[in-house]
Amino acid sequence: MKKTAADLEQIRKETLKNVELRTGKDGYKIIVGMATCGIAAGARDVFKEAIEKVIEKDLDSVTVGQMGCIGLCSMEPIVEVISPSGEKTRYIKVNKEKIDNIITSHIIDGNVVSEYTSES
Amino acid sequence: MREIALHILDIFYNSLQADSSLIKISIAVDTKKDLMEIKIIDNGKGMKKEFVNNVLDPFTTTRSTRNVGLGLSLFKASTNRCEGDLTIWSKEKVGTIVKAWYKYSHIDRQPLGNMRDTVYIMILTLGENNLIYSIKKDDESFVLDTRKIREEMGDGSPLTSPEIMGEIKMLLEEEEKKINIS
Repeated sequence: MKKTAADLEQIRKETLKNVELRTGKDGYKIIVGMATCGIAAGARDVFKEAIEKVIEKDLDSVTVGQMGCIGLCSMEPIVEVISPSGEKTRYIKVNKEKIDNIITSHIIDGNVVSEYTSES
Repeated sequence: MREIALHILDIFYNSLQADSSLIKISIAVDTKKDLMEIKIIDNGKGMKKEFVNNVLDPFTTTRSTRNVGLGLSLFKASTNRCEGDLTIWSKEKVGTIVKAWYKYSHIDRQPLGNMRDTVYIMILTLGENNLIYSIKKDDESFVLDTRKIREEMGDGSPLTSPEIMGEIKMLLEEEEKKINIS
């Protein structure tokens, strides 16, 4: 099958999207605590939900990553959201529903969900 | 941990943190021997001999070694409840082998749990490293090798791209239907 210029442009866009999903430059970072304590508290399902929401909502520049134990095991699953300017928000006792709200309200609309943070 | 899959995920992160470039995970059930065996083999930096001797004891783990403290102890405890055990072999600059086994029919054994999501997340956090995941029950077996997937793609695109992850998910779902391990 011959590729037209439009096809090539489409492929280029797809590829750029994939590269950005991996490197996540200029975007938000969602970091899930995946040490023993995090995993025992349900971090696997939170991580999966985060990835699926990011793909579903086409949030190209968002990176989802994992981190180790930060010493707050009783607060797990912990999710840290790092804004493009480097500001860090720590969410505690996160579940599937909370991560959905965090993505919609914090990542998409830019409003920190303060009732889920460690300060509240 | 509620599922054996979660123990496996936890030990996988030990391997990843030990700078492994290839991690092999195998789950094998032999119903005749009534045995379930799990192996996690990596080619990471390994551990010193005195460290390996203490690694299963949560109380001798020091702060600098806390990466491998409670995770392995919990895993071992879960096998010991089910007439099984956990052993570790490790050599510096060579790698580490963690082997755990359970009496398959033991009433206290946790379910294997959701390996589909577990492997999916492992692949998402692999980066440039590779995973060989194999699961076997008597004569039925399934192997997923990320090196082969990368080879088939041939264009160096990351495993984390949505299309490839979709394919991997489908593969894992099919496998789950075929091999039924409780």
